[in-house]
Amino acid sequence: MATDLKKTDVVIVGMGAAGGVAALPLARAGLEVIGIEAGAWLSTRDFPPDELRNNFRGWPQSVQKANSEVPTHRPNASAPYSPRPAIHPMMNAVGGTSLHYWAQSWRLNPWDFKVVSETKRKFGAGRIPRGSTVEDWPFGLEELEPYYDHVEHEVGVSGQAGNIGGRIDQRGNIFEGPRGREYPMPPLRGTEFTEMMAGAARRLGWHAFPGPAAINSRSYEDRPGCFYHGYCARGGCPINAKNSTAVSTIPKAQATGHLKIVAQAVVTHVDVDQKTGRVSGVTYVKGGQEYFQPADVVLIAGYTYENVRLLLLSKSPAFPNGLANNSGQVGRHYFSHFQTMSVSALFPFDLNNWYGLPAQGVGVDNWADDNFDHAGLDFIGGGNLWIYSDRRPIGAANMNNFGKAPGWGSAWKSFVSANADRWNTAYVQKTTLPYEDNYLDLDPTEKDALGFPVIRITADYKDNERKMGAFVQDKMVQWYREAGAIAVEKLGVGTMGPSTHAYGGTRMGDKGETNVVNRFGFAHEVPNLAVLGASVMGTSGARNPTLTVQALAWRTAEHLMRNWKTIAAG
Amino acid sequence: MSEKDKGHHGGADVSRRGLIKQVGLAGVGAALSTPNIAPAAAAEVPPATRREALETLNATEADTLDAIVARLIPTDENGPGATEARAAFYIDHALAGPLRALRGAYAAGLAAIDEYALASKGSSFAKLTGANQDAILSDMEKNIAPGFSPNSAAFFNLLRTHTIEGTFCDPYYGGNANFVGWNLIGYPGIRMGVTANDQRMNPKPESILKSAYDDPMFARNGGDHGH
Repeated sequence: MATDLKKTDVVIVGMGAAGGVAALPLARAGLEVIGIEAGAWLSTRDFPPDELRNNFRGWPQSVQKANSEVPTHRPNASAPYSPRPAIHPMMNAVGGTSLHYWAQSWRLNPWDFKVVSETKRKFGAGRIPRGSTVEDWPFGLEELEPYYDHVEHEVGVSGQAGNIGGRIDQRGNIFEGPRGREYPMPPLRGTEFTEMMAGAARRLGWHAFPGPAAINSRSYEDRPGCFYHGYCARGGCPINAKNSTAVSTIPKAQATGHLKIVAQAVVTHVDVDQKTGRVSGVTYVKGGQEYFQPADVVLIAGYTYENVRLLLLSKSPAFPNGLANNSGQVGRHYFSHFQTMSVSALFPFDLNNWYGLPAQGVGVDNWADDNFDHAGLDFIGGGNLWIYSDRRPIGAANMNNFGKAPGWGSAWKSFVSANADRWNTAYVQKTTLPYEDNYLDLDPTEKDALGFPVIRITADYKDNERKMGAFVQDKMVQWYREAGAIAVEKLGVGTMGPSTHAYGGTRMGDKGETNVVNRFGFAHEVPNLAVLGASVMGTSGARNPTLTVQALAWRTAEHLMRNWKTIAAG
Repeated sequence: MSEKDKGHHGGADVSRRGLIKQVGLAGVGAALSTPNIAPAAAAEVPPATRREALETLNATEADTLDAIVARLIPTDENGPGATEARAAFYIDHALAGPLRALRGAYAAGLAAIDEYALASKGSSFAKLTGANQDAILSDMEKNIAPGFSPNSAAFFNLLRTHTIEGTFCDPYYGGNANFVGWNLIGYPGIRMGVTANDQRMNPKPESILKSAYDDPMFARNGGDHGH
């Protein structure tokens, strides 16, 4: 029997990248906020420069909740399951995966909000890929711009603006949409290698620029600048130069006295008042005990898989197929970011990529979104090309052999000894669309540690992704060749299994028949329930989602504050 | 011996040898004069026999594994390999701890290797010539060795993955002993503060050989430097 707790104004389920941001404007507005987080508090001492721990054993993980609920995957409803990874790509802790993520903090480009209307306008409806359920967002970039700005300053993002109010700055990304002002910090520095790649891009007539990161390029607020030690990918920052919500927005929210965090607590159910159909609070398990936390408003802010799972598990007479799912839309319009079909290259000299971080790099956006002419092409969208400095010993030794050596023995050893610091793999994020037959549901057999079904992913890359992927891959090959690579290898398409960039499942849109949440992130079917996270995003763009997730979270929180009486009282 | 003691012992040992390797024989005098290196420790005395147990593998399994890692990353004209890095020691310890879920796969896989070795070459794997051992491993890699579940390539890949981990991991874990792996690939080492110059291609920064856990901030009961 659950212990009933005292009612609060707002419960946020998950104190990660999204929940940790939404808490700040709410707490500043004086609302009493309780943040329930499955993980614990971690400190800088938890983040040693240890590749085995970070990159091969799934640390940092304060509790292994996520690892007991790794989604299963099958490419389509009649295909066999793919092998299930042992380690969940996301982590639990106060701050969530913003503790160990790459921290690339992009705004989406204008086209990403208007994929359908822009494609129809330029090429006609026939160019929307068959079977895709893509919709325009209910608003454009200009609506989200002020919230991007809030987050860039409150979290702390370094970068170089390319477009301030329509004034193009060649030092930044000339393809970005208009922004109100500069980033609060200059971009992270380049390296000799990334400068070499930038020079090659310019020789090709492409525009090379440094990317944005939630990492300090100099001291910011009370945190130092990045020291580029090389253990940032899947590693927390031992000096707090990476601006996870655990060191930025969450402490600020706590300082108001209006945010209480309940850590190491797992929410198992969102409860519904059967008379009104409104949510009444959440049930969670902490230390083996069950608690019911009543609240006027509930914000679900887990990762995409967990947001969908929690809704599907929260069945009640009013919502027999899961909360906010009388429309059958929970789990639909799912996709994960198309990052495969990348390219590896081998150079005839050492690159010294041993230090740095994935966010320390150089980007090319000429082949992203609709930044190039698609008239003679048979796909829509494109990819951002990103080259960065990041290498550690085990990963280096696991290098591609480019067909030049066997996989073990003396010849392998000799090859790796000579070439461990001479290879590079690009990060190529590409437009990914939702389709009718790509979706999430509950796995019929696999259960988590508490006995609840895990998420099952049914998804595969479709023709548009594969054609566009091949086009973008050729551009990346061209870039590496221009920079002097002596061998390149095109990497395969792979499967669409559990991903760090998972979108949809609770999509945002004006139409309740095809979307779970409205333009402010509140459920069409449940007025005092909102969803935060990439699960509300209907398109991916060609860049990392976190800053967009955080801007949307801030916007949902602001909508709640402005309409508190209507939303909370019903 | 606690995990911490082992880590520290290994750390001191490898620091000394790493230093000698870095400065070369001509530099031993310099090492001797370094205040934090005890003269007795730096002298070329034969090391005492290591007192250590197998944590989970049985003796036959350990012999087989020793022989396998020695073929995967051999000791050759390019210097020490997985044997000197103590990759098999790393794997035994990992199978008793974080990788315990794979202990059963090792029991079955190592037994299958010996059975295949006996059937095809007439001897247990550890007693075969290097060429015959390579032939067995090659059959596994090509997924044509019988008697494995689910198949021989899967176990080969597991062995290769863990041998690489044990050769190139932080030495705290018992592998990459004397920084054999990091020296092999020219990793310049952990730097808590990398300058723009340290990221230039030429000249590359000097090698600094230490474990992450030589920094008291990250050691158990550490935190003096926490902030």
